[in-house]
Amino acid sequence: MSIPAQASGEPDAEPDGPEGRLRRFARIWSRAIFPLTATSLTRPEFEEHLLPLARELNGILHARPFDASPAQRVGAALIEAHCTDPDALSSTLGVVDSYLVLYCGGNGPDTLSTEDGRARCARIQHTLAAGFTGALRERTLAEQEAIARSALTARSDAEQALHATEARFRAVFKDAAIGIGVADLDGNILEINDTLTKMFGGLEHHVRSHKVNEWVHPEDSPQVWKYYDELVRGERDHYRVEKAYYRNDGTVLWTNLTVSLLRDSEGRPEYQLALMEDTTERRLLNLRLRYEATHDALTGLPNRTLFFERLEKALAAQEGIRFGLCYLDLDGFKAINDSLGHAAGDRLLVEVADRLQSCATAPGEMVARLGGDEFVALTTGPDTADEVDELAGRILNALASPIRLDGRELTVRGSIGVVEGPSGERSAAEVLRSADITMYRAKAAGGNRYQLADAEADARAITRHGLTTALPAALDRGEFFIEYQPLVHLGDGTVHGAEALVRWCHPQHGVLGPDRFIPLAEHTGLIVPLGRWVLEESVRQANFWQERHSDGGPLRINVNLSPTQLHHPRLVAETVDVLERSGLEPGALCLEVTESALIGADDDLLKPLRQLAEMGVDIALDDFGTGYSNLANLRRLPVSVLKLDRSFTRGMQQHPADPVDLKIVEGIVSLAHSLELAVTVEGVETGAQAEQLRRLGCDTAQGWYYARPGAPDRIHSLLLADAV
Amino acid sequence: MERPAWAPQGIDISVPSVSRMYDFYLGGSHNFEVDREAARKAMEFLPGLPKIMQANRAFMRRTVRYAVDIGIDQFLDIGSGIPTFGNVHEVAQAANPGAKVAYVDHDPVAVAHSQAVLEGNDRAVIAAADLRRPKEILAHPEITGLLDLDRPVALLLVAVLHFVEDADDPRAAVAELRESLAPGSLIVLTHASYEGIPLPKEEAAGTVGVYKNIRNPLIMRSREEIGQFFEGYEMVEPGLVSMPEWRPDTPQAPEQEDPYAFSGFGGVGRKA
Repeated sequence: MSIPAQASGEPDAEPDGPEGRLRRFARIWSRAIFPLTATSLTRPEFEEHLLPLARELNGILHARPFDASPAQRVGAALIEAHCTDPDALSSTLGVVDSYLVLYCGGNGPDTLSTEDGRARCARIQHTLAAGFTGALRERTLAEQEAIARSALTARSDAEQALHATEARFRAVFKDAAIGIGVADLDGNILEINDTLTKMFGGLEHHVRSHKVNEWVHPEDSPQVWKYYDELVRGERDHYRVEKAYYRNDGTVLWTNLTVSLLRDSEGRPEYQLALMEDTTERRLLNLRLRYEATHDALTGLPNRTLFFERLEKALAAQEGIRFGLCYLDLDGFKAINDSLGHAAGDRLLVEVADRLQSCATAPGEMVARLGGDEFVALTTGPDTADEVDELAGRILNALASPIRLDGRELTVRGSIGVVEGPSGERSAAEVLRSADITMYRAKAAGGNRYQLADAEADARAITRHGLTTALPAALDRGEFFIEYQPLVHLGDGTVHGAEALVRWCHPQHGVLGPDRFIPLAEHTGLIVPLGRWVLEESVRQANFWQERHSDGGPLRINVNLSPTQLHHPRLVAETVDVLERSGLEPGALCLEVTESALIGADDDLLKPLRQLAEMGVDIALDDFGTGYSNLANLRRLPVSVLKLDRSFTRGMQQHPADPVDLKIVEGIVSLAHSLELAVTVEGVETGAQAEQLRRLGCDTAQGWYYARPGAPDRIHSLLLADAV
Repeated sequence: MERPAWAPQGIDISVPSVSRMYDFYLGGSHNFEVDREAARKAMEFLPGLPKIMQANRAFMRRTVRYAVDIGIDQFLDIGSGIPTFGNVHEVAQAANPGAKVAYVDHDPVAVAHSQAVLEGNDRAVIAAADLRRPKEILAHPEITGLLDLDRPVALLLVAVLHFVEDADDPRAAVAELRESLAPGSLIVLTHASYEGIPLPKEEAAGTVGVYKNIRNPLIMRSREEIGQFFEGYEMVEPGLVSMPEWRPDTPQAPEQEDPYAFSGFGGVGRKA
C-alpha cells in the first residue's frame, strides 16, 4: 500500500490519516509522562511540545537506510522539557514500545514488515534511552557545577563582606577613644585595645595577667559583682556601673563600665564585652568642685552647705541619736575689722577657725563657718547632752588666750547659743534659728559665755535673720512710716519743731521701733536708701508745715543720721538735692549724729558735716553724755546743738531731784552755751522736770510730757494750738 | 541580638536551604545532599510536595501572563529562590520582551545563582534583601534602578509568606509593600495551608516538623488569614482559591489534576 508523501507541517484533519495518527501517538505519550514532569506547561501545551518529537520518531522509524542515532535527540529533548524523572523515561519507552509501530508503522513510503518494525522500534528505544540518560547526566553535572559555583561565589562574597566588616570592627576596636576588652565567661581576657591598655597604665601584661573577676577594688559597690555573676550565668545581657581599678603603678583608675554578654548563633552565652570610659579626671574635678562647694575658702572649714547637710543627716538619724549644736558669734569682731582692717580681720578668723577645729576632733563632731564671724560646732551621738556643754566650754577656753596679730595681742571673746535635743523632732532651719536666738541672749547677757536654748525665749524672739532678709522688700512695699515727736521751747512752751522717728509696720510682728531694725539696716547697707527715704519724707513734711504756718516762725525738722550714712560719699549731695527739690530752707533741717559715731572722727569724716553746717543745716550731737564725752573735742565739731541723753532727765523725776544730776546738767548747759551750742533735753515726762530744766537754762525739750511721737497731723494740731 | 544590616550573613551549605529543596522537588539538581535529605524527609509526610510546587509554578506562569495581558510590564518577585526553569522573566519577557523583572531573595546562594543566570539580561536583576524588612527592598538600588515604583507593578509573593513567622509580623511587611505600590498594581500570592491537602492534618504536620528542624519553620495559615494579606486590594476573579482553580488555561475536569495540587491557596489582588 502506497501513501502519498505529505507536505511537512500541514496538519492532516483526517483522524485516520498519518498526521491524525501521529497526534494520537503524541497524546498517549503526553498522558503517560505529563504527571511525571515538573513542567509548568499545560497538558495541551505539553502535547504540542511532544508532537515534533513524535514526528521525529516517525521519521527515524521509516528512514532508509535505517539509522537509530537521531533518537538520541528525542531523549535529550525530554530532559530539556524538564522530564527529568526516571519514570518519565520508562513510561516513554513503554509508549514507544506499544504504540510507535501501531500508530506510525503505516506512515512511511514503504510499509514495514512486522519483524522489521519491531527491530527498528527496539533500536529506537535503546538510542532514545541513551540520549535521555546522556542529557540527564549532562544537565545534572551542569546544575551541580552551577550550584556549587554559586555557593562558592556566595561564600566568597560573604567572606569579603565579613572581611570588610572585620576591618571596620578592627578599626573601631583599635582607634576607639574608649577602652574595649573581650573576655570569656571564666574571666580570661582574650583581647583588649590600646586605649584600654593605656587607661590601665600602659602595660598590656598588667591587664592580661588578671582574670576579669580578680579586678576587685575596695570601692566596688555590691552590684558590680552581683551583675557580673548574673551576666556570666547568662541571666543578664548587659550592665553599666561605675567601677574603680588599680593601674600598674598602684594609682586608681575610675571608669564608667558597660559590660555586654555576647552569645553564639544558638543563643548560648559565649563572651563578655567590656566598654570602659576613663572618668578619673572628671571624678577628681567633681570631688574638687564638691570640696569647693562645701568648704569655706578663707578658713578651709566646712561651709554652711556642708554644715546643713550634716545637721539634716543628724536630725534624720534613727531614734536614740541626739545632736548638740554650738552657734558662736565673736564679740566685738566688727570693731577689730574696722580698726585693724579686713586683712587683719581675716587672719584673726583663720586663727579662730584653727582653734575651733582643735576643739571638735572626736568622731561625730564638726566645726563649720557660716559666714562673717559666725561659726558652728556640731556633735552627734547618744550623749550629746553632756558633750555639747563640754564642747561649748572647750570653745570658750580655746578663745581665752590672746591672739597675736601684727605684734599685738588681741583678746577675742565669743557668745555661744547651745541647742541640744533628739533627732527627728525639728528641722535644721528651726534648730539654727533657736541657736541664733540663744546666741543673742548670751550676747545680751554680756557675751563671753554660752547659753542653753529655751523654747519660750525662742518663741518670743524675732530673729535678727528674719528681719534682715525682710528689710529690702519692706522698703519696696512701703512698710516704713515716720512718727514725729514735737520739740518744744522751754522758754515759752511753743512748738519749735519735731524729730522724725522711723517705724516699721512689719506684717507679722506689728510696729517695730528703730532699735530693732536700724542696726540690721546698718549691717546690710540698706540704711543708705532707708535713710534717704526718711530724709525726703521728713523734709517734705516739714515743708508742708512751713507752707501752712508761715506766720508761726521757723519750724525745724530733726532727722537722725546713722554712722554708715555719715560715711556715705553722697551724703552732702543728696541732702542738698532733697532740700532743693522740696524748697525747705537748710536752716530748718537739723541732722542728729550720735556722739559715739564721732568718736575719733578725723577731718575726712567731719568734712561733709562741716559743709552741711556751712550751708546752714544744724548738726545736733545726739545722746550726749553716754559716750566718751570728750568735751575738748566739742570745739572741733561742726555742731550747733547738744542733745542730752535721757539718763540725765531720769534723775530729775525724783522729788526732790538728784542734786548731782542737777549740777552736771547745769555744768553741761553752761559749757554748751559758752561754745554757742543750744541744749535740747530728751525724756521729759513731768511738768516739774520741765520747769527744772528751763531753770537750768536748757533751750528745748522733748518727751511724753509734751507729746509722744505721732502722726504728722498731730504736730499739725499742736501747731494750731500754739497759734491760738 | 539584631544583626546590623551591613553585617554579612554566614554561608553554611551544610544547612538545608528551602530554595534548594524547592529545586529538588521540581526535579532539579541545584541542590546538595543535605537539601535532598531534608526534602525526602518532608516527602515522607507529604509525598505530593512536588505536585504542590508544580502547581505553584503553573499558577505563577498564568498570573504573570495575566499581568502582561492587562498591561503590566514590571514585576517584583520576592522570595524567588533558585530559578530552576519557567521563571518570571522567561514567562513575562516571552509575552512582552520589554517587561522588567526584579527578583529578591535573602539566601546568598540563591542570589549568587540568580546573578549567574541573569547575566546579560539587562531587564532582570536580583537583589539580596529580606521580606521582613520591606523598606530595604523598596530602597534597594538594584530595584529602584530597574523598576519605576510610581507605575503599576506586579508584586509576586509566591510560596514565600509561609516561611515568615508571626513574630516577624508578615502582615505589617506586606501592608508596607502594598501601600507603596502605585494604583493598578497587583499582588500575586500563594500560601501553604492545611486546607486542601488530601491528608489528615496530623499526617501533614510532619512536614511542618521537618522545616522546623532545619530552622526554617513552615507556617500553615487558614484561608481567612491568607486573605488578610490582600487587605485594601480588590480580588481579581475568581478570588482566593486552590491554585489549579485560578483561571485554568484549558477547561478540564479537576479529577485530571493531581489531588495535591489543590493544597493551599493562591490569588491575585489589584490596587484600585
